[in-house]
Amino acid sequence: MSPEIINQLVDATALTLYMVAVAALIGTALGLPLGVFLATSRAGEIFAAPLTNRVIGTVVNATRSTPFIILVVAIIPFTRLVAGTSIGTTAAIVPLTIAATPFIARIIESAVREVDPGLIEAARAMGATPFQIVRKVLVPEARPSIVLGLTLSVVSLIGHSAMVGAVGGGGLGDLGIRYGYQRFMPEVMLAVVVILIVLVQTVQSAGDALARRLDRRARRS
Amino acid sequence: MNMHATAPATPPAHVTPAADPAGPPVIRLDAVTKVFRPHADAAAVTALDAVDLSVASGEIVGIIGRSGAGKSTLVRVINGLEKPTSGSVIVGDVELSALGEAEARRARRSIGMVFQHFNLLSSRTAAGNIALPLEIAGVPAAQIRARVDELIGLVGLTAQRDRYPAELSGGQKQRVGIARALASRPHVLLCDEATSALDPETTHQILDLLARIRAELGLTIILITHEMAVVKTIADRVAVLDQGRIVEQGPTFQVFAHPQHPTTRRFVGTVTGAFLPDSLRAALQPEPIAGGKAVIRITFTGPQANEPVLSRLARVIGIELNILSGQIEEIGGKPFGTLVVAVPGDTTTVAAVQAALTRLQLSSEVIGHVA
Repeated sequence: MSPEIINQLVDATALTLYMVAVAALIGTALGLPLGVFLATSRAGEIFAAPLTNRVIGTVVNATRSTPFIILVVAIIPFTRLVAGTSIGTTAAIVPLTIAATPFIARIIESAVREVDPGLIEAARAMGATPFQIVRKVLVPEARPSIVLGLTLSVVSLIGHSAMVGAVGGGGLGDLGIRYGYQRFMPEVMLAVVVILIVLVQTVQSAGDALARRLDRRARRS
Repeated sequence: MNMHATAPATPPAHVTPAADPAGPPVIRLDAVTKVFRPHADAAAVTALDAVDLSVASGEIVGIIGRSGAGKSTLVRVINGLEKPTSGSVIVGDVELSALGEAEARRARRSIGMVFQHFNLLSSRTAAGNIALPLEIAGVPAAQIRARVDELIGLVGLTAQRDRYPAELSGGQKQRVGIARALASRPHVLLCDEATSALDPETTHQILDLLARIRAELGLTIILITHEMAVVKTIADRVAVLDQGRIVEQGPTFQVFAHPQHPTTRRFVGTVTGAFLPDSLRAALQPEPIAGGKAVIRITFTGPQANEPVLSRLARVIGIELNILSGQIEEIGGKPFGTLVVAVPGDTTTVAAVQAALTRLQLSSEVIGHVA
């Protein structure tokens, strides 16, 4: 492999990491409150707003059922509005974030729903406000599941990032398609795949380790 | 007394005399009714039906009922998590049932709750769990630390201070639960089946702790349970809840000694040995049998429990009673016995025996006949 190709691989890895990191951060910032709301707003729950819950739930499902590559091109006008351009790495972050947010919201929702309702009852009996219940009970208790869920989201973002070459987003997937596939350079394709495997593996192991550290539910052996 | 006595499995907890009944009530429920309607077109369910309850300061009151009797609703009404459909709930000098959401939250801090399944945060240590209500109340960190240390000593868990709930036994978890309930210095402790998930030995220790806390802190305690044994050990008074209604209430000993309502009798039977051996129960007939025997249950309360009543009875009426089963135990610190005997002879003899028992100030009841 020529030094030029190696440089390309390094740059592409950096771009992928950049896109995934920014999309994951914004996606979490948006998805966390959304997920908590979805988990606590059905009838009789602490933020009961059944109608809003249903509307948001529907929007989340609609976004999640749109194939990512379609989403990328379908929201180009929105991307231009937010990023100022519809082409390039920064522009690619917009569809990545839009895809990640509902995914993260659902994962947070299920993590929060797993928390024993008895704990909510106990906190309410102590005179906790709904926000205190979220901050002091639901999020800390759901933390191990939330960490595992976010790990899953990052892994799926790495996969999605391979598709943003379609809008000039760059990154590893783009490199693999343009060099490995279109220019018949199997060694580039192989290198891209190996780097992706290592990335995913690293993210997953780090997430697992963190979740295990945070989980106090059972005695660690 | 010539009777086969079964000692209670564990000695009764230290019982302090009831608080001055003339003292002002700390909790007062007036005609509290709670009707649930799951859906707009579903039939209404009456969970509580005109419940009147008054608990004096420093009292331990047991509220006993089967599952579905309305116990959980009663708890939620007393701590203000549920508003009654009608009637009023007064805790301290606050009418909970009339408060708005924010005021009700503040009022709830003066009521400590202890739960059956402890409801501790798995992500916090024992100390962290005890600190939670203080954090919620906005107490400064330095004060929280001091208060937590004090409470953890009170419940005897200093060595387990930094353990997580998963590393604690059931009894230790409930101690944390009790310390947490006491954190914000409530004047009322509401225990919802607090010992139902614990083994008898641990139950006993937890009840001891509650009795000690009441004595030391002058707390008023409400124990909601389906276990008569719990009530028997530490409650000053008992209220029996059945189908949303309080069907009987009074001093613990009196309710045990003279249960009036069928539900109460059933509960009392579970602890006082009024239940018969299976072989006897199978042989029991409702109608007298020619040449058979009547089976009589005699209840000994107070001083008679220590008297040689049976031999005296044999002297007075000149017939030998055949003892079938019996038990003596202590309820509210007083001896309490039940004895099931067979009386040979016809209905006149049985009536004579009962009359003699009455003269000896013992209550008796014919529960059936055997061949």
